[in-house]
Amino acid sequence: MAVGSLRVGPVAGRRGLRVRELLDHERFLGPAFVTPALLLIALLVAYPFCMAVYFALSNAFIGRPSQFVGLRNFIALWESDSFRQTFQNAFVFTGIAVLFKLVLGMALALLLNEQLWFKRLIRGTVLLPWVIPTALSTLGWWWMFNSLYSVVNWTGINLGLMDPPGPNWLGQKYYAMAAVIAVNVWRGLPFFAITILAGLVSIPRELYEAAEADGAGAPARFWHVTLPLLKPVLAIVVLFSTIFTFSDFNIVYVLTHGGPINSTHLFATLSRQVGLESGQIGQGAAISLYLFPVLAVVVWVQLNFVRRQQY
Amino acid sequence: MAVKRQPLLRKIVLHVALLPFLVFALFPFYHMTLTSLKTDRELYDRGAVPLLIREGPTLEHYKKLVWETAFLTWTKNSLLVTGIATFASVVIGTIAAYALARLKFPGVGPFGTGIFVTYLVPTSLLFLPLAQVVHWIGLADSKWALVVTYPTFLVPFCTWLLMGYFRTVPREVEECAMVDGATRLQALARIVLPMAVPGLVCAVLFAFTLSWNEFIYALTFLSSSEEITASVGVTQELIRGDIYFWGSLMAGAVLGSVPIVILYVFFLDYYVSGLTAGAVK
Repeated sequence: MAVGSLRVGPVAGRRGLRVRELLDHERFLGPAFVTPALLLIALLVAYPFCMAVYFALSNAFIGRPSQFVGLRNFIALWESDSFRQTFQNAFVFTGIAVLFKLVLGMALALLLNEQLWFKRLIRGTVLLPWVIPTALSTLGWWWMFNSLYSVVNWTGINLGLMDPPGPNWLGQKYYAMAAVIAVNVWRGLPFFAITILAGLVSIPRELYEAAEADGAGAPARFWHVTLPLLKPVLAIVVLFSTIFTFSDFNIVYVLTHGGPINSTHLFATLSRQVGLESGQIGQGAAISLYLFPVLAVVVWVQLNFVRRQQY
Repeated sequence: MAVKRQPLLRKIVLHVALLPFLVFALFPFYHMTLTSLKTDRELYDRGAVPLLIREGPTLEHYKKLVWETAFLTWTKNSLLVTGIATFASVVIGTIAAYALARLKFPGVGPFGTGIFVTYLVPTSLLFLPLAQVVHWIGLADSKWALVVTYPTFLVPFCTWLLMGYFRTVPREVEECAMVDGATRLQALARIVLPMAVPGLVCAVLFAFTLSWNEFIYALTFLSSSEEITASVGVTQELIRGDIYFWGSLMAGAVLGSVPIVILYVFFLDYYVSGLTAGAVK
Protein backbone atom coordinates (compact mmCIF):
# COMPACT_ATOMS: atom_id res chain seq x y z
CA MET A 1 0.00 0.00 0.00
CA ALA A 2 2.77 2.34 0.91
CA VAL A 3 4.37 1.33 -2.31
CA GLY A 4 1.23 2.20 -4.26
CA SER A 5 1.09 5.75 -2.96
CA LEU A 6 4.49 6.45 -4.46
CA ARG A 7 3.08 6.34 -7.93
CA VAL A 8 0.56 9.12 -7.61
CA GLY A 9 2.82 11.29 -5.46
CA PRO A 10 3.39 14.74 -6.93
CA VAL A 11 7.15 14.40 -6.39
CA ALA A 12 7.66 12.54 -9.65
CA GLY A 13 7.75 15.06 -12.44
CA ARG A 14 6.97 14.27 -16.05
CA ARG A 15 10.47 13.09 -16.74
CA GLY A 16 10.68 10.90 -13.62
CA LEU A 17 7.42 9.25 -14.52
CA ARG A 18 8.61 8.43 -18.01
CA VAL A 19 11.81 6.82 -16.77
CA ARG A 20 9.87 4.80 -14.26
CA GLU A 21 7.40 3.64 -16.87
CA LEU A 22 10.26 2.65 -19.12
CA LEU A 23 11.87 0.66 -16.29
CA ASP A 24 8.59 -1.15 -15.80
CA HIS A 25 8.59 -2.23 -19.39
CA GLU A 26 10.15 -5.65 -19.90
CA ARG A 27 11.33 -4.80 -23.37
CA PHE A 28 13.35 -1.95 -21.95
CA LEU A 29 14.32 -3.31 -18.53
CA GLY A 30 15.57 -6.64 -19.90
CA PRO A 31 18.18 -5.19 -22.25
CA ALA A 32 19.12 -2.56 -19.64
CA PHE A 33 19.79 -5.30 -17.09
CA VAL A 34 21.91 -7.45 -19.36
CA THR A 35 23.91 -4.59 -20.89
CA PRO A 36 26.70 -4.47 -18.26
CA ALA A 37 27.29 -8.22 -18.51
CA LEU A 38 27.04 -8.09 -22.28
CA LEU A 39 29.58 -5.25 -22.56
CA LEU A 40 31.95 -7.07 -20.27
CA ILE A 41 31.73 -10.27 -22.29
CA ALA A 42 32.03 -8.45 -25.61
CA LEU A 43 35.05 -6.35 -24.62
CA LEU A 44 36.96 -8.74 -22.37
CA VAL A 45 36.02 -12.20 -23.64
CA ALA A 46 34.82 -12.07 -27.25
CA TYR A 47 37.25 -9.39 -28.39
CA PRO A 48 40.34 -11.02 -26.81
CA PHE A 49 39.23 -14.29 -28.36
CA CYS A 50 39.25 -12.69 -31.81
CA MET A 51 42.64 -11.24 -30.97
CA ALA A 52 43.89 -14.70 -30.04
CA VAL A 53 42.78 -15.96 -33.45
CA TYR A 54 44.49 -13.02 -35.16
CA PHE A 55 47.70 -13.50 -33.14
CA ALA A 56 47.72 -17.18 -34.00
CA LEU A 57 47.64 -16.31 -37.69
CA SER A 58 50.40 -13.70 -37.41
CA ASN A 59 54.04 -13.57 -36.51
CA ALA A 60 53.33 -11.30 -33.51
CA PHE A 61 56.30 -10.85 -31.23
CA ILE A 62 56.42 -8.78 -28.05
CA GLY A 63 57.11 -5.13 -28.97
CA ARG A 64 57.16 -5.56 -32.74
CA PRO A 65 54.53 -4.96 -35.45
CA SER A 66 53.05 -8.18 -36.75
CA GLN A 67 52.23 -9.57 -40.17
CA PHE A 68 49.68 -12.09 -41.30
CA VAL A 69 51.35 -15.46 -41.87
CA GLY A 70 48.38 -17.76 -42.35
CA LEU A 71 48.69 -21.19 -40.79
CA ARG A 72 52.48 -21.05 -40.54
CA ASN A 73 52.40 -21.02 -36.71
CA PHE A 74 50.32 -24.17 -36.62
CA ILE A 75 52.61 -25.91 -39.09
CA ALA A 76 55.70 -24.85 -37.14
CA LEU A 77 54.10 -26.20 -33.96
CA TRP A 78 53.54 -29.62 -35.47
CA GLU A 79 57.18 -29.73 -36.43
CA SER A 80 58.38 -28.97 -32.91
CA ASP A 81 59.00 -31.81 -30.48
CA SER A 82 57.93 -29.78 -27.47
CA PHE A 83 54.48 -29.18 -28.96
CA ARG A 84 53.93 -32.77 -30.01
CA GLN A 85 54.97 -33.87 -26.55
CA THR A 86 52.55 -31.34 -25.03
CA PHE A 87 49.71 -32.54 -27.26
CA GLN A 88 50.25 -36.08 -26.07
CA ASN A 89 50.63 -34.98 -22.43
CA ALA A 90 47.32 -33.11 -22.52
CA PHE A 91 45.39 -36.24 -23.47
CA VAL A 92 47.27 -38.54 -21.10
CA PHE A 93 46.88 -36.08 -18.23
CA THR A 94 43.19 -35.37 -18.85
CA GLY A 95 42.23 -38.96 -19.60
CA ILE A 96 43.88 -40.50 -16.55
CA ALA A 97 42.98 -37.68 -14.15
CA VAL A 98 39.30 -37.58 -15.13
CA LEU A 99 39.04 -41.37 -14.96
CA PHE A 100 40.53 -41.46 -11.46
CA LYS A 101 38.34 -38.59 -10.31
CA LEU A 102 35.25 -40.30 -11.68
CA VAL A 103 35.91 -43.70 -10.09
CA LEU A 104 37.16 -42.36 -6.76
CA GLY A 105 34.49 -39.64 -6.72
CA MET A 106 31.78 -42.24 -7.24
CA ALA A 107 33.16 -44.39 -4.43
CA LEU A 108 33.44 -41.40 -2.11
CA ALA A 109 29.93 -40.20 -2.96
CA LEU A 110 28.49 -43.65 -2.21
CA LEU A 111 30.25 -43.62 1.17
CA LEU A 112 29.09 -40.08 1.97
CA ASN A 113 25.51 -41.04 1.11
CA GLU A 114 25.42 -43.48 4.05
CA GLN A 115 24.49 -42.73 7.64
CA LEU A 116 27.72 -41.41 9.14
CA TRP A 117 28.97 -40.01 12.40
CA PHE A 118 30.27 -36.42 12.17
CA LYS A 119 28.65 -36.04 8.75
CA ARG A 120 29.25 -32.29 8.51
CA LEU A 121 32.86 -32.57 9.61
CA ILE A 122 33.54 -35.32 7.09
CA ARG A 123 31.96 -33.34 4.25
CA GLY A 124 33.94 -30.29 5.27
CA THR A 125 37.17 -32.27 5.17
CA VAL A 126 36.41 -33.83 1.82
CA LEU A 127 35.64 -30.48 0.20
CA LEU A 128 38.65 -28.63 1.62
CA PRO A 129 41.18 -29.26 -1.22
CA TRP A 130 38.72 -27.71 -3.65
CA VAL A 131 38.39 -24.34 -1.89
CA ILE A 132 42.03 -23.64 -0.96
CA PRO A 133 44.02 -21.62 -3.56
CA THR A 134 45.45 -24.24 -5.91
CA ALA A 135 48.74 -22.43 -6.43
CA LEU A 136 49.34 -22.46 -2.67
CA SER A 137 48.25 -26.01 -1.95
CA THR A 138 50.37 -27.19 -4.89
CA LEU A 139 53.35 -25.59 -3.12
CA GLY A 140 52.64 -28.01 -0.29
CA TRP A 141 52.72 -30.90 -2.75
CA TRP A 142 55.91 -29.54 -4.25
CA TRP A 143 57.51 -29.83 -0.84
CA MET A 144 56.03 -33.31 -0.37
CA PHE A 145 57.70 -34.39 -3.62
CA ASN A 146 61.02 -32.67 -2.85
CA SER A 147 63.98 -34.71 -4.07
CA LEU A 148 65.79 -34.71 -0.71
CA TYR A 149 63.10 -34.41 1.92
CA SER A 150 60.08 -36.05 0.27
CA VAL A 151 57.63 -37.14 2.93
CA VAL A 152 56.00 -39.39 0.33
CA ASN A 153 59.24 -41.32 -0.08
CA TRP A 154 59.95 -41.33 3.65
CA THR A 155 56.54 -42.90 4.28
CA GLY A 156 56.92 -45.34 1.38
CA ILE A 157 60.35 -46.46 2.55
CA ASN A 158 59.26 -46.87 6.16
CA LEU A 159 56.24 -48.89 5.13
CA GLY A 160 58.52 -51.07 3.00
CA LEU A 161 56.79 -50.04 -0.24
CA MET A 162 59.81 -48.33 -1.80
CA ASP A 163 63.53 -48.98 -1.99
CA PRO A 164 65.59 -46.11 -0.61
CA PRO A 165 66.04 -43.40 -1.75
CA GLY A 166 62.73 -43.75 -3.65
CA PRO A 167 61.83 -42.05 -6.92
CA ASN A 168 62.83 -38.48 -7.72
CA TRP A 169 59.21 -37.51 -8.34
CA LEU A 170 59.60 -34.26 -10.17
CA GLY A 171 62.86 -35.10 -11.94
CA GLN A 172 61.85 -38.21 -13.86
CA LYS A 173 59.48 -38.25 -16.80
CA TYR A 174 56.76 -40.68 -15.80
CA TYR A 175 56.97 -39.96 -12.09
CA ALA A 176 56.53 -36.24 -12.79
CA MET A 177 53.40 -36.97 -14.83
CA ALA A 178 52.12 -39.23 -12.05
CA ALA A 179 52.75 -36.42 -9.57
CA VAL A 180 50.83 -33.75 -11.50
CA ILE A 181 47.97 -36.19 -12.07
CA ALA A 182 47.90 -37.05 -8.37
CA VAL A 183 47.64 -33.38 -7.40
CA ASN A 184 44.93 -32.77 -10.00
CA VAL A 185 42.94 -35.74 -8.70
CA TRP A 186 43.41 -34.51 -5.13
CA ARG A 187 42.10 -31.08 -6.02
CA GLY A 188 39.26 -32.18 -8.33
CA LEU A 189 37.92 -35.14 -6.35
CA PRO A 190 35.66 -33.03 -4.08
CA PHE A 191 33.81 -31.60 -7.08
CA PHE A 192 33.04 -35.10 -8.35
CA ALA A 193 32.15 -36.51 -4.94
CA ILE A 194 29.87 -33.67 -3.83
CA THR A 195 28.10 -33.31 -7.17
CA ILE A 196 27.55 -37.07 -7.53
CA LEU A 197 26.35 -37.11 -3.93
CA ALA A 198 23.72 -34.50 -4.82
CA GLY A 199 22.64 -36.79 -7.64
CA LEU A 200 22.48 -39.81 -5.33
CA VAL A 201 20.37 -37.97 -2.78
CA SER A 202 17.80 -37.10 -5.43
CA ILE A 203 17.17 -40.74 -6.40
CA PRO A 204 13.82 -41.75 -4.88
CA ARG A 205 14.17 -44.31 -2.10
CA GLU A 206 11.15 -46.24 -3.38
CA LEU A 207 13.11 -47.34 -6.44
CA TYR A 208 15.64 -49.09 -4.22
CA GLU A 209 12.91 -50.63 -2.13
CA ALA A 210 11.17 -51.90 -5.25
CA ALA A 211 14.43 -53.34 -6.60
CA GLU A 212 15.12 -54.98 -3.26
CA ALA A 213 11.64 -56.48 -3.19
CA ASP A 214 12.37 -57.93 -6.62
CA GLY A 215 15.40 -59.62 -5.13
CA ALA A 216 18.14 -57.37 -6.47
CA GLY A 217 21.33 -57.44 -4.41
CA ALA A 218 23.50 -54.40 -3.73
CA PRO A 219 25.59 -54.69 -6.94
CA ALA A 220 22.48 -55.20 -9.06
CA ARG A 221 20.82 -52.19 -7.47
CA PHE A 222 23.92 -50.12 -8.24
CA TRP A 223 24.02 -51.21 -11.89
CA HIS A 224 20.31 -51.08 -12.64
CA VAL A 225 19.04 -48.26 -10.43
CA THR A 226 21.86 -45.98 -9.32
CA LEU A 227 23.97 -45.77 -12.46
CA PRO A 228 21.19 -45.21 -15.02
CA LEU A 229 19.62 -42.48 -12.89
CA LEU A 230 22.97 -40.82 -12.26
CA LYS A 231 23.83 -40.66 -15.95
CA PRO A 232 22.86 -36.99 -16.48
CA VAL A 233 24.82 -35.88 -13.40
CA LEU A 234 27.83 -37.98 -14.36
CA ALA A 235 27.75 -36.54 -17.88
CA ILE A 236 27.79 -32.97 -16.58
CA VAL A 237 30.54 -33.63 -14.06
CA VAL A 238 32.75 -35.35 -16.62
CA LEU A 239 32.20 -32.62 -19.22
CA PHE A 240 32.96 -29.80 -16.79
CA SER A 241 35.98 -31.55 -15.43
CA THR A 242 37.30 -32.36 -18.89
CA ILE A 243 37.44 -28.67 -19.82
CA PHE A 244 39.04 -27.61 -16.59
CA THR A 245 41.53 -30.47 -16.49
CA PHE A 246 42.51 -30.02 -20.11
CA SER A 247 43.14 -26.32 -19.57
CA ASP A 248 44.89 -26.72 -16.24
CA PHE A 249 47.74 -24.33 -15.58
CA ASN A 250 48.36 -23.81 -11.86
CA ILE A 251 49.35 -27.32 -10.87
CA VAL A 252 51.85 -27.94 -13.66
CA TYR A 253 53.27 -24.42 -13.46
CA VAL A 254 53.98 -24.63 -9.74
CA LEU A 255 54.95 -28.29 -9.52
CA THR A 256 57.15 -28.93 -12.57
CA HIS A 257 57.09 -25.86 -14.85
CA GLY A 258 56.39 -28.38 -17.62
CA GLY A 259 59.60 -30.32 -17.05
CA PRO A 260 61.55 -32.51 -17.02
CA ILE A 261 62.16 -31.95 -20.76
CA ASN A 262 58.55 -30.91 -21.51
CA SER A 263 57.22 -34.20 -20.20
CA THR A 264 54.46 -32.54 -18.15
CA HIS A 265 53.74 -29.44 -20.25
CA LEU A 266 50.07 -28.79 -20.99
CA PHE A 267 48.74 -26.34 -23.60
CA ALA A 268 48.34 -23.56 -21.06
CA THR A 269 51.84 -23.83 -19.61
CA LEU A 270 53.56 -24.24 -22.97
CA SER A 271 51.54 -21.33 -24.34
CA ARG A 272 52.78 -19.13 -21.53
CA GLN A 273 56.36 -20.26 -21.97
CA VAL A 274 56.37 -19.66 -25.74
CA GLY A 275 54.12 -16.61 -25.75
CA LEU A 276 55.50 -14.67 -22.80
CA GLU A 277 58.83 -16.07 -21.69
CA SER A 278 60.18 -16.32 -25.27
CA GLY A 279 58.00 -13.46 -26.54
CA GLN A 280 56.47 -15.31 -29.53
CA ILE A 281 52.90 -14.21 -28.92
CA GLY A 282 51.74 -15.60 -32.26
CA GLN A 283 52.84 -19.13 -31.52
CA GLY A 284 51.76 -18.85 -27.90
CA ALA A 285 48.25 -17.88 -29.00
CA ALA A 286 48.22 -20.72 -31.53
CA ILE A 287 49.02 -23.18 -28.72
CA SER A 288 46.31 -21.86 -26.42
CA LEU A 289 43.77 -22.11 -29.26
CA TYR A 290 44.18 -25.88 -29.10
CA LEU A 291 42.00 -25.64 -26.01
CA PHE A 292 39.19 -24.34 -28.17
CA PRO A 293 38.07 -27.55 -29.98
CA VAL A 294 37.67 -29.32 -26.64
CA LEU A 295 35.71 -26.39 -25.31
CA ALA A 296 33.55 -26.34 -28.43
CA VAL A 297 32.77 -30.06 -28.22
CA VAL A 298 31.88 -29.85 -24.55
CA VAL A 299 29.65 -26.81 -25.07
CA TRP A 300 27.95 -28.48 -28.00
CA VAL A 301 27.26 -31.65 -26.03
CA GLN A 302 25.99 -29.62 -23.08
CA LEU A 303 23.67 -27.50 -25.17
CA ASN A 304 22.29 -30.31 -27.29
CA PHE A 305 22.00 -33.22 -24.89
CA VAL A 306 22.45 -32.42 -21.26
CA ARG A 307 20.37 -29.27 -21.00
CA ARG A 308 17.64 -30.71 -23.16
CA GLN A 309 17.31 -33.65 -20.78
CA GLN A 310 17.17 -31.33 -17.81
CA TYR A 311 14.43 -28.98 -18.84
CA MET B 1 20.95 -59.29 18.68
CA ALA B 2 22.56 -60.20 15.39
CA VAL B 3 20.11 -57.95 13.56
CA LYS B 4 21.09 -54.99 15.73
CA ARG B 5 24.82 -55.63 15.49
CA GLN B 6 24.84 -55.69 11.73
CA PRO B 7 24.22 -51.95 11.20
CA LEU B 8 26.88 -50.97 13.74
CA LEU B 9 29.49 -53.23 12.16
CA ARG B 10 28.53 -51.91 8.73
CA LYS B 11 28.84 -48.36 10.02
CA ILE B 12 32.33 -49.02 11.35
CA VAL B 13 33.39 -50.60 8.05
CA LEU B 14 32.06 -47.55 6.20
CA HIS B 15 34.10 -45.19 8.37
CA VAL B 16 37.22 -47.28 7.93
CA ALA B 17 36.68 -47.17 4.16
CA LEU B 18 36.37 -43.37 4.34
CA LEU B 19 39.61 -43.00 6.24
CA PRO B 20 42.01 -43.13 3.24
CA PHE B 21 39.95 -40.42 1.50
CA LEU B 22 40.12 -38.18 4.57
CA VAL B 23 43.86 -38.71 5.00
CA PHE B 24 44.40 -37.98 1.30
CA ALA B 25 42.37 -34.75 1.56
CA LEU B 26 43.94 -33.47 4.76
CA PHE B 27 47.54 -34.66 4.71
CA PRO B 28 48.98 -31.91 2.46
CA PHE B 29 47.56 -29.25 4.78
CA TYR B 30 48.84 -31.06 7.84
CA HIS B 31 52.27 -31.37 6.34
CA MET B 32 52.34 -27.74 5.18
CA THR B 33 51.38 -26.46 8.61
CA LEU B 34 53.82 -28.77 10.35
CA THR B 35 56.69 -27.67 8.10
CA SER B 36 55.91 -24.01 8.69
CA LEU B 37 56.20 -24.54 12.46
CA LYS B 38 59.47 -26.50 12.51
CA THR B 39 62.88 -25.11 13.29
CA ASP B 40 65.27 -25.08 10.32
CA ARG B 41 67.53 -27.53 12.13
CA GLU B 42 64.84 -30.15 12.37
CA LEU B 43 63.44 -29.33 8.93
CA TYR B 44 66.69 -30.06 7.14
CA ASP B 45 67.74 -33.03 9.27
CA ARG B 46 67.34 -36.00 6.98
CA GLY B 47 67.29 -38.39 9.93
CA ALA B 48 64.30 -36.68 11.53
CA VAL B 49 60.75 -37.96 11.33
CA PRO B 50 58.94 -35.63 8.87
CA LEU B 51 55.49 -36.37 10.30
CA LEU B 52 56.04 -34.87 13.75
CA ILE B 53 57.62 -31.89 15.49
CA ARG B 54 60.20 -33.15 17.95
CA GLU B 55 62.25 -30.06 18.72
CA GLY B 56 59.37 -27.81 19.63
CA PRO B 57 57.31 -25.55 17.36
CA THR B 58 58.57 -22.12 16.33
CA LEU B 59 56.97 -19.05 14.79
CA GLU B 60 60.32 -18.05 13.26
CA HIS B 61 59.15 -18.62 9.66
CA TYR B 62 55.95 -16.64 10.15
CA LYS B 63 57.88 -13.73 11.66
CA LYS B 64 60.27 -13.80 8.74
CA LEU B 65 57.41 -13.91 6.26
CA VAL B 66 55.54 -10.99 7.80
CA TRP B 67 58.49 -8.70 8.63
CA GLU B 68 61.09 -9.49 5.99
CA THR B 69 58.94 -9.94 2.89
CA ALA B 70 56.13 -7.90 1.32
CA PHE B 71 53.59 -10.56 2.33
CA LEU B 72 51.28 -8.05 4.04
CA THR B 73 51.22 -5.89 0.90
CA TRP B 74 50.36 -8.91 -1.25
CA THR B 75 47.56 -9.86 1.13
CA LYS B 76 46.22 -6.30 1.08
CA ASN B 77 46.28 -6.37 -2.74
CA SER B 78 44.45 -9.69 -2.77
CA LEU B 79 41.80 -8.38 -0.39
CA LEU B 80 41.29 -5.20 -2.41
CA VAL B 81 41.07 -6.94 -5.79
CA THR B 82 38.88 -9.74 -4.46
CA GLY B 83 36.58 -7.37 -2.59
CA ILE B 84 35.90 -5.01 -5.49
CA ALA B 85 35.75 -7.71 -8.17
CA THR B 86 33.33 -9.74 -6.04
CA PHE B 87 31.04 -6.81 -5.33
CA ALA B 88 30.92 -5.63 -8.94
CA SER B 89 30.40 -9.15 -10.29
CA VAL B 90 27.58 -10.00 -7.90
CA VAL B 91 25.74 -6.78 -8.78
CA ILE B 92 26.16 -7.23 -12.54
CA GLY B 93 25.38 -10.94 -12.24
CA THR B 94 22.24 -10.31 -10.15
CA ILE B 95 20.55 -7.99 -12.62
CA ALA B 96 21.57 -10.11 -15.60
CA ALA B 97 20.27 -13.24 -13.89
CA TYR B 98 16.99 -11.54 -13.03
CA ALA B 99 16.54 -10.47 -16.65
CA LEU B 100 17.29 -13.98 -17.88
CA ALA B 101 15.06 -15.70 -15.36
CA ARG B 102 12.06 -13.35 -15.49
CA LEU B 103 11.93 -10.87 -18.31
CA LYS B 104 10.89 -11.43 -21.90
CA PHE B 105 12.74 -9.40 -24.47
CA PRO B 106 14.28 -10.01 -27.88
CA GLY B 107 17.62 -11.79 -27.64
CA VAL B 108 17.08 -13.30 -24.19
CA GLY B 109 17.70 -16.84 -25.46
CA PRO B 110 21.02 -16.20 -27.24
CA PHE B 111 22.19 -14.11 -24.30
CA GLY B 112 21.54 -16.97 -21.89
CA THR B 113 23.48 -19.33 -24.12
CA GLY B 114 26.29 -16.75 -24.38
CA ILE B 115 26.56 -16.53 -20.59
CA PHE B 116 26.67 -20.30 -20.34
CA VAL B 117 29.39 -20.59 -22.96
CA THR B 118 31.45 -17.85 -21.31
CA TYR B 119 31.07 -19.67 -18.01
CA LEU B 120 32.92 -22.61 -19.56
CA VAL B 121 35.75 -20.61 -21.18
CA PRO B 122 38.93 -21.39 -19.24
CA THR B 123 41.11 -18.45 -18.20
CA SER B 124 44.14 -20.11 -19.74
CA LEU B 125 42.61 -19.68 -23.21
CA LEU B 126 42.56 -15.89 -23.10
CA PHE B 127 45.41 -14.71 -20.90
CA LEU B 128 47.76 -13.80 -23.79
CA PRO B 129 45.45 -11.40 -25.68
CA LEU B 130 44.02 -10.08 -22.40
CA ALA B 131 47.54 -9.09 -21.35
CA GLN B 132 47.64 -7.00 -24.52
CA VAL B 133 44.24 -5.42 -23.77
CA VAL B 134 45.35 -4.65 -20.22
CA HIS B 135 48.43 -2.98 -21.65
CA TRP B 136 46.35 -0.85 -24.04
CA ILE B 137 44.02 0.45 -21.36
CA GLY B 138 47.06 1.49 -19.36
CA LEU B 139 46.71 -1.01 -16.53
CA ALA B 140 49.83 -3.07 -17.19
CA ASP B 141 51.44 -4.10 -13.89
CA SER B 142 48.59 -2.65 -11.85
CA LYS B 143 46.29 -4.55 -9.54
CA TRP B 144 43.38 -2.69 -11.15
CA ALA B 145 43.95 -4.88 -14.20
CA LEU B 146 42.66 -7.76 -12.07
CA VAL B 147 39.66 -5.77 -10.83
CA VAL B 148 38.71 -5.25 -14.48
CA THR B 149 39.40 -8.77 -15.77
CA TYR B 150 38.22 -11.01 -12.89
CA PRO B 151 34.56 -10.21 -13.59
CA THR B 152 34.99 -11.95 -16.96
CA PHE B 153 34.77 -15.29 -15.19
CA LEU B 154 32.90 -14.16 -12.06
CA VAL B 155 29.91 -12.56 -13.80
CA PRO B 156 28.99 -15.65 -15.89
CA PHE B 157 29.30 -17.78 -12.77
CA CYS B 158 27.16 -15.49 -10.60
CA THR B 159 24.57 -15.09 -13.37
CA TRP B 160 24.30 -18.82 -13.88
CA LEU B 161 24.06 -19.53 -10.17
CA LEU B 162 21.52 -16.79 -9.40
CA MET B 163 19.33 -17.63 -12.37
CA GLY B 164 18.63 -20.95 -10.68
CA TYR B 165 17.72 -19.22 -7.42
CA PHE B 166 15.48 -16.61 -9.06
CA ARG B 167 13.56 -19.35 -10.82
CA THR B 168 12.69 -20.87 -7.42
CA VAL B 169 10.97 -17.62 -6.32
CA PRO B 170 7.33 -18.07 -7.37
CA ARG B 171 6.28 -15.64 -10.10
CA GLU B 172 2.95 -15.05 -8.34
CA VAL B 173 4.57 -13.42 -5.30
CA GLU B 174 6.16 -10.84 -7.52
CA GLU B 175 3.02 -10.34 -9.60
CA CYS B 176 0.99 -9.77 -6.44
CA ALA B 177 3.32 -6.95 -5.42
CA MET B 178 3.02 -5.39 -8.83
CA VAL B 179 -0.77 -5.65 -8.82
CA ASP B 180 -0.60 -3.79 -5.50
CA GLY B 181 1.15 -0.97 -7.31
CA ALA B 182 4.84 -1.72 -6.86
CA THR B 183 7.04 -1.13 -9.87
CA ARG B 184 9.09 -4.01 -11.17
CA LEU B 185 12.24 -2.59 -9.58
CA GLN B 186 10.52 -2.27 -6.22
CA ALA B 187 9.25 -5.82 -6.50
CA LEU B 188 12.77 -6.96 -7.29
CA ALA B 189 14.37 -5.08 -4.40
CA ARG B 190 11.74 -5.84 -1.74
CA ILE B 191 10.33 -9.20 -2.71
CA VAL B 192 12.60 -11.18 -5.02
CA LEU B 193 16.05 -10.30 -3.63
CA PRO B 194 15.14 -10.99 0.02
CA MET B 195 13.78 -14.38 -1.06
CA ALA B 196 16.96 -15.15 -2.95
CA VAL B 197 19.33 -14.28 -0.09
CA PRO B 198 20.78 -17.82 0.14
CA GLY B 199 21.65 -17.57 -3.54
CA LEU B 200 23.23 -14.16 -3.07
CA VAL B 201 25.32 -15.43 -0.15
CA CYS B 202 26.41 -18.32 -2.31
CA ALA B 203 27.32 -16.04 -5.20
CA VAL B 204 29.37 -13.76 -2.93
CA LEU B 205 31.20 -16.72 -1.36
CA PHE B 206 32.05 -18.34 -4.67
CA ALA B 207 33.04 -15.10 -6.36
CA PHE B 208 35.29 -14.32 -3.40
CA THR B 209 36.84 -17.79 -3.45
CA LEU B 210 37.32 -17.89 -7.22
CA SER B 211 38.99 -14.51 -7.35
CA TRP B 212 41.12 -15.11 -4.26
CA ASN B 213 42.34 -18.34 -5.84
CA GLU B 214 42.91 -16.93 -9.33
CA PHE B 215 46.50 -17.35 -10.39
CA ILE B 216 47.24 -17.16 -14.12
CA TYR B 217 45.94 -13.60 -14.74
CA ALA B 218 47.66 -12.24 -11.66
CA LEU B 219 50.87 -13.99 -12.67
CA THR B 220 50.70 -12.67 -16.23
CA PHE B 221 49.48 -9.10 -15.77
CA LEU B 222 51.54 -8.11 -12.72
CA SER B 223 55.22 -8.17 -11.94
CA SER B 224 56.20 -5.61 -9.31
CA SER B 225 56.17 -6.63 -5.70
CA GLU B 226 53.84 -3.75 -4.69
CA GLU B 227 51.07 -4.90 -7.02
CA ILE B 228 51.00 -8.71 -6.93
CA THR B 229 48.50 -10.84 -5.03
CA ALA B 230 49.17 -13.31 -2.23
CA SER B 231 49.38 -16.51 -4.28
CA VAL B 232 51.67 -14.92 -6.87
CA GLY B 233 53.85 -13.34 -4.19
CA VAL B 234 54.28 -16.58 -2.29
CA THR B 235 55.01 -18.71 -5.36
CA GLN B 236 57.24 -16.18 -7.14
CA GLU B 237 58.98 -13.92 -4.65
CA LEU B 238 59.76 -16.36 -1.88
CA ILE B 239 61.78 -18.52 -4.23
CA ARG B 240 65.12 -16.97 -5.01
CA GLY B 241 67.28 -18.94 -7.39
CA ASP B 242 67.81 -22.46 -6.21
CA ILE B 243 67.68 -21.72 -2.52
CA TYR B 244 64.27 -22.45 -1.10
CA PHE B 245 63.16 -21.23 2.27
CA TRP B 246 60.76 -24.06 2.82
CA GLY B 247 59.66 -22.89 6.27
CA SER B 248 58.60 -19.43 5.11
CA LEU B 249 57.24 -20.82 1.86
CA MET B 250 54.90 -23.15 3.73
CA ALA B 251 54.03 -20.37 6.19
CA GLY B 252 53.04 -18.24 3.19
CA ALA B 253 50.94 -21.04 1.74
CA VAL B 254 49.17 -21.47 5.09
CA LEU B 255 48.55 -17.75 5.72
CA GLY B 256 47.49 -17.17 2.11
CA SER B 257 44.73 -19.74 2.58
CA VAL B 258 43.47 -18.35 5.89
CA PRO B 259 40.76 -15.97 4.54
CA ILE B 260 39.21 -18.78 2.51
CA VAL B 261 39.40 -21.23 5.42
CA ILE B 262 37.62 -18.74 7.69
CA LEU B 263 34.77 -18.26 5.19
CA TYR B 264 34.69 -21.98 4.63
CA VAL B 265 34.31 -22.88 8.28
CA PHE B 266 31.36 -20.51 8.71
CA PHE B 267 29.58 -21.15 5.42
CA LEU B 268 30.31 -24.80 4.66
CA ASP B 269 26.70 -25.58 3.74
CA TYR B 270 26.59 -22.76 1.22
CA TYR B 271 29.74 -24.07 -0.40
CA VAL B 272 28.20 -27.52 -0.73
CA SER B 273 24.96 -26.20 -2.22
CA GLY B 274 26.70 -23.71 -4.51
CA LEU B 275 29.06 -26.33 -5.85
CA THR B 276 26.21 -28.58 -6.89
CA ALA B 277 23.95 -25.73 -8.07
CA GLY B 278 26.65 -24.31 -10.33
CA ALA B 279 27.07 -27.58 -12.14
CA VAL B 280 23.68 -29.21 -11.99
CA LYS B 281 21.23 -26.36 -12.43
